Amino acid sequence: MATLLEVRDLKTHFFTQEGVVKAVDGVSYDLAEGETLGLVGESGCGKSVSALSIMRLIPDPPGKTVGGEVIFDGQDLLKLPDSQMRRVRGKQIAMVFQEPMTSLNPVLSIARQLTESLELHLDMSKPEARREAVRRLAQVGIPDPEHRIKQFPHQFSGGMLQRVMIAMALSCNPKLIIADEPTTALDVTIQAQILELMKHLSREYGVSLIIITHNLGVVARYADRVNIMYAGKIIERGTARDMYRHPSHPYTLGLLHSVPRLDLPRKEKLDPVEGQPPDLMHLPAGCAFRERCRFAIERCAEEIPPLRAVSAGHFSACFAAETLVSRTKEKGA
Amino acid sequence: MAQASRGIAASSGVVIRGLRPRGTIWQQVGSFARRKPLGAFGAVVALMLIVVAIFAPFIATKDPAETNAALVYAPPGSELLLGGDQVGRDVFSRLVYGARVSLYVGLLSAFIGATIGMVVGVTSVHFGGKTDLILQRIIDTMIAFPALILAIAIMAALGASLNNVVIALSIAFMPSTARVLRSQALTVKEMDYILAARVIGAGHGRIIFRHMIPNCLALYIVLVTVFLGTAIVAEATLSFLGIGVPPDVPSWGGMLNGAAQRYVHLAPWLGVFPGLAIAIVVFAWNLLGDALRDVLDPRLRGT
Repeated sequence: MATLLEVRDLKTHFFTQEGVVKAVDGVSYDLAEGETLGLVGESGCGKSVSALSIMRLIPDPPGKTVGGEVIFDGQDLLKLPDSQMRRVRGKQIAMVFQEPMTSLNPVLSIARQLTESLELHLDMSKPEARREAVRRLAQVGIPDPEHRIKQFPHQFSGGMLQRVMIAMALSCNPKLIIADEPTTALDVTIQAQILELMKHLSREYGVSLIIITHNLGVVARYADRVNIMYAGKIIERGTARDMYRHPSHPYTLGLLHSVPRLDLPRKEKLDPVEGQPPDLMHLPAGCAFRERCRFAIERCAEEIPPLRAVSAGHFSACFAAETLVSRTKEKGA
Repeated sequence: MAQASRGIAASSGVVIRGLRPRGTIWQQVGSFARRKPLGAFGAVVALMLIVVAIFAPFIATKDPAETNAALVYAPPGSELLLGGDQVGRDVFSRLVYGARVSLYVGLLSAFIGATIGMVVGVTSVHFGGKTDLILQRIIDTMIAFPALILAIAIMAALGASLNNVVIALSIAFMPSTARVLRSQALTVKEMDYILAARVIGAGHGRIIFRHMIPNCLALYIVLVTVFLGTAIVAEATLSFLGIGVPPDVPSWGGMLNGAAQRYVHLAPWLGVFPGLAIAIVVFAWNLLGDALRDVLDPRLRGT
């Protein structure tokens, strides 16, 4: 499969009065056509900022993408002039946000919002765009779309609005959809529906997906590959299967242990990742995870562990990666 | 997909009440009147006043400029419906003709001033940074002068005429609108749907006019109704100072000034009736504005 998106050493920093916050600090990954990539990490680790950097929508000031390349479909998005970048947004790359309730303009009808990008990018006439919008609404499973399209966002439920957002994202047949925590604000019962819908549509149209989430279950089921982020860096990458079977970074291991499980007895204690994520303004030398890490050695304080392969297609940024992998292998055996 | 759509099937049969198609213009007017009786009342009064202004020659009982020594300070109800003024002119006829100047100046300057102010305020917020800084400093400078002083200065530069009064008052209303709407726009700017609009590749104009301004309209409507009353009185002040409309042209503000204030103990009707006229206009537009605001905001629709 051809590579659609290549992010190279992306750095986005926020220049505040107290100092420089390195929200995204040297992130690299690639994405094939039709692939679904999971971007996982806790709040504030730079997941959303890295997505917005690709779209070049970081509020500036205070934010600024200070380095790196974002090669999308052969061109570096970071070097495009604004007018061309606007043609990429919505047409080539679309986004779905976390809060469907606030991501739609409350005073505009669904029809006006759905037809907007069609008129903008595909030069459709009003009636054409409207027909297309109705078709899209039907596609994302909105019953009675002819009628519902005249309504306003407050007349929809959260799950329905997220479907509308997906219809909006799909409207110009983009090559890539970035979903920033698309199910966090929804009921558990609706979450699966929305994810199934996204997965189904991405398969049908060959759209690549980047799913940003802190929910490991979501990734396990829907992502082909997973990037785990911590303090602005990717610390582990691999297939979802690698990640669950042989986590090779202590942080990933911690994340897996901190998920409550229905199949374990209730008296079993949860094992959260101790401590707080580091202050991105004053990152310690060496590995950012060191202070919360059970496996930390002296070397961790001196140099930043680079992302390196532990097996084919499985990368980890930990000096103890091999030890961790062999441990899990023993356990599994 | 099959799995996804199964969940919705159950709810698809539900018909939500109050979501019928909107129907023809007349049906919409009818439903507006039923849901917002006060607003409809305001609309009717506002419309009536405009009709009065347009058909003034047919409604007035006398020539508003005709003086009559016998009718100086004639009390209302006697020979003249609303009494006579200090030179024996008919107060009622002057009120009817005065509606022309007062409504023209009031409506036009309130709308123009508030509209320009809104666009400036929202644009300033949208671009932010240096644009915001520069625009806001210019507005600071304008706000530093009392509105009336500013209008007088502009009138002095433009010369006395009815349209120049409108221009001067519009400019005087602009900065405070811009400042007030800026505060609203600052909140709107941070909303997710503005980011979502940028994500689909919307340009500056589309974001400002289609996404930000509709979300600021509630404040705008309130400001327009407030300015309407202010403009009618301010026009009188400008006229009194000799830089508005000529003193013989009847206007409500002009009638309130001068003799009405000096002889209020002698002939209260000189002040009461034009004052009442201004109060009714402002009240009617306030009611209409309030109702419009509710109807234009889909979140409040049907409440």
